[in-house]
Amino acid sequence: MAMSLRDALEPLAPLRGRRVVVSTMASVAVWPQLSDGPFDFAYMPSAMGQGPALGLGLALARPDRGAIVLSGDGSLLMNLGSLATIAACPAPLWIVVLDNGLYEVTGGQPTAGAGRVDFAALARGAGIPRAYAFSDLADWRRRAPEALDGEGPVLISLKIEGRMGQKTPKPPRPMQDQMRRLTEALAANDGAG
Amino acid sequence: MLSGSEAAKAFRLAGVSHVVWIPDSELGAWDASLAAAGTPALIRAAREGEAVGIAIGLMLGGRNPVVVMQCTGLFEAGDALRNAVHDLGMPLRCIVGVRSWKAFRAGGTVDTCPQFAEPILHAWRMPFAWLDDAADASALAGLLAGAERTRSPLAVLIGE
Repeated sequence: MAMSLRDALEPLAPLRGRRVVVSTMASVAVWPQLSDGPFDFAYMPSAMGQGPALGLGLALARPDRGAIVLSGDGSLLMNLGSLATIAACPAPLWIVVLDNGLYEVTGGQPTAGAGRVDFAALARGAGIPRAYAFSDLADWRRRAPEALDGEGPVLISLKIEGRMGQKTPKPPRPMQDQMRRLTEALAANDGAG
Repeated sequence: MLSGSEAAKAFRLAGVSHVVWIPDSELGAWDASLAAAGTPALIRAAREGEAVGIAIGLMLGGRNPVVVMQCTGLFEAGDALRNAVHDLGMPLRCIVGVRSWKAFRAGGTVDTCPQFAEPILHAWRMPFAWLDDAADASALAGLLAGAERTRSPLAVLIGE
């Protein structure tokens, strides 16, 4: 069964644990419906493609928490070198690639290599040993606990339906408010449970 | 130019937690000293914009990073720098090696890099300061610590 964006994200919410979840691009419109606490950071406005880098910095700064980054395939294609950096810096970081083969927020134009790029293979090739790929929703739901358990870094590639005509999502609150509540929550939970 | 051990000392004096970097032909001489120092932690990024993204995450997590790169990397990192400094208001601190700067000042290079370092920083409204050849660790530490104290972004330029 093909996955919608929401289908793909739903299994993450109960399994994210203490991790900071960084949403980017299209996922900014959906993730806040599933979780919108201080450890949910909608990276928008962003520099496209920098989500995994930001997540790596967060995971290195706060290994007691770790991070999950929700990245589009077009975004990751802009910064594939980050996979090599992530592999070289062991950290509790999960990169979830939402692969619809489209630049969705610009109207649905195909990405370079749409339908051909194997992100899990790229991750393994970059030196990230734990990499998963799911195109079936039931399979993803069944194996999500395994994929989100254990040590990072991990890349999870999810093949999802493309949606045409989507507008650039709006973040749930202004960036300065997001940053303030995240940094305050991290400071208040400095190494604690 | 500062030696690697002087640079590592400067970073420690300024309380830098991580150096996120891509070496250039002159700053690259710092590599062994930075790696051996252990503190600050050395993160080898694949591209300069990515290095800025890593620094954003480190700062959100309460750490105190510095990005080190060449001016060519600065040019590549423009959107990441814009996002860090202007969208997020981060006090991003960078050290930028300006390739061929000395030859450019002497009128003896065809390298176009040095023509653009200062104009690019002006365009991105990124404050900068030059570190001269006679500067020691305390001079670099003072610049970095001053920017951190005032929560201001800063690019420290080193002419090569």
